[in-house]
Amino acid sequence: MSEEKLPEPHSPAGALDPFADPGLPAHEPRVTDIDEKAARRAERQVSLLFVISMLATIGFIASYVSIDKYKIIDIFFFGKIGALNLALGCTLGVALFCIGAGAIHWARTLMTDEEIVQERHEFKSDPADREGAIREFQRGAAESGFGRRSMIRRTMIGAMALVPLSGVVLLRDLGPLPSVALRHTWWGKNGKNGRTLIINENTNKPLRPEHIVKGSLVMAKPEGLNVDNHDYLEEIGKAAILLIRLEPDEIKSKKQLEWSYNGVVAYSKICTHVGCPIGLYEQQTHHLLCPCHQSTFDLADDGAVVFGPAARSLPQLKITVNEKTGFLEAIGDFAEPVGPSFWERG
Amino acid sequence: MKKLSARRRHPLAAIVVLLFALAATGGLYAAFAPAKSAQAEDAPSSLAVEEGKKLFLSGCSSCHGQAGQGTSDGPSLIGVGAAAVDFQVMTGRMPMQQQGPQAPRKPTAYTQAQADQIAAFVASLGAGPSVPNRDEYALNGNIQEGGELFRTNCSQCHNFSGEGGALPEGKFAPPLKDVDPKHIYEAMLTGPQNMPSFPDAIMPPEQKKNIVTYITGVTKDEPNPGGLGLGRLGPVSEGLFVWTIGLGLVIAVTIWIAARTPKARTK
Repeated sequence: MSEEKLPEPHSPAGALDPFADPGLPAHEPRVTDIDEKAARRAERQVSLLFVISMLATIGFIASYVSIDKYKIIDIFFFGKIGALNLALGCTLGVALFCIGAGAIHWARTLMTDEEIVQERHEFKSDPADREGAIREFQRGAAESGFGRRSMIRRTMIGAMALVPLSGVVLLRDLGPLPSVALRHTWWGKNGKNGRTLIINENTNKPLRPEHIVKGSLVMAKPEGLNVDNHDYLEEIGKAAILLIRLEPDEIKSKKQLEWSYNGVVAYSKICTHVGCPIGLYEQQTHHLLCPCHQSTFDLADDGAVVFGPAARSLPQLKITVNEKTGFLEAIGDFAEPVGPSFWERG
Repeated sequence: MKKLSARRRHPLAAIVVLLFALAATGGLYAAFAPAKSAQAEDAPSSLAVEEGKKLFLSGCSSCHGQAGQGTSDGPSLIGVGAAAVDFQVMTGRMPMQQQGPQAPRKPTAYTQAQADQIAAFVASLGAGPSVPNRDEYALNGNIQEGGELFRTNCSQCHNFSGEGGALPEGKFAPPLKDVDPKHIYEAMLTGPQNMPSFPDAIMPPEQKKNIVTYITGVTKDEPNPGGLGLGRLGPVSEGLFVWTIGLGLVIAVTIWIAARTPKARTK
């Protein structure tokens, strides 16, 4: 390793070479290199920045100790802010900023700024060392008998190849396989054509078709699925539906009309793209928009995708009215798996 | 008779006649009063409908039709109710300045009294939700239940802290900050423009009151302990702020440091 001053620019072809390496410009001294007073002033400035940083750290500790964490203060533009958050943020910010600013100011004014070139040495070892290393390795291989005793060699390779399998097997513990859980929802609890009462999520009471007026939106769930069920979140994540009313002649799909009751239709609330709960319903256009990736479904046309990344229509739930009670009921489960696509869905 | 006739030019004769006339009118009024009182109750309201009709014909009928039946430029107002009129007019959304994807909130063009008259007229066209009472939207509901209901029914469009959000084709769910509790209530009741409605059968009045209490609490009184809320959109807006403004400032400062030479001789 050798450190030397920048070599003079050299031009092999003399002044005639049009592409001569111009080299670096001549070194220029800074004010602080020439003027001792300026250097001392810069030193004081750097120290001042470091002192400010120290004071800010003390301020940080002091505010942590003294300010009540629930104290809220009102500051112009920022509004109501937690006093402790503000004090901690400002003091820590100042402390870190002053260390950085001091270091930069120090480096720019007082540390040496002479350009230095450090030559790279060759990475290759010298031939004698290389030959020695190869000799040592070959002797070791011969002494261990690795090349001669092939049974040991093969079983060792086999053992080492199998060990990682235990890690792969442990991945099974990541959770139970979904089995058929993705294909069924709570609506199918009562069998293929079983009736399930539709419950208004707001009031926890059953719904009548006349409750759902044109332009309104109702979030609903199946009867028996309550917040205190141990698997509530898992199940509502599949069973959540929304109900709207359309004019029967607005409905474009024959299947949708058959599955509705006097224009009241029920759709899954789970987006078929990645399973976000959809709810941005435009009552004038009958479009339902997913807030995650803007997939848009036309609820007057079988829940068809009219925009966005979703690949499948929104599943519709077949509903009717109980003749005795007058309440809305679902008939069986969704005809297809709700929510995002999965591998084995087919 | 002669006596009476002789005194008919007496200076007090006119006053006597006047007294008789007044007594007769009063007597007649007393006789017909019960029949008239029913009409008297109706009178201010029918007056309001009349006044409202005048205002409607001059301000609303060009789009909504002479009888509120709707035209190609505006929907029918039959059956929308007084609450819808009060919401649309008193938030300045109606009358619209121009046709567009959505009527934005703007300064009102009518006084509350005029809006009430238009509302009375529109309500007379067909039954619809009426303007809620003051105690229906009082801010003494259950704020926790209001929050749950808001997240179930409203937050998908209006954001979980009522900051509003975008909808396709230039439409948007407006922010709920500084909206009169009465107008929030009316919006839920009537479903203005593309917002779905939440009638009382689906969402009972006390639940609406809870939601109004929650919205007002979260948009007005809720502090931002960490400082700038950035729309309270969470990591998306915070990340955007850091990656554009924060990193931009760092780059600008770096360039500024490098651009200033500490050399004694400057070019």
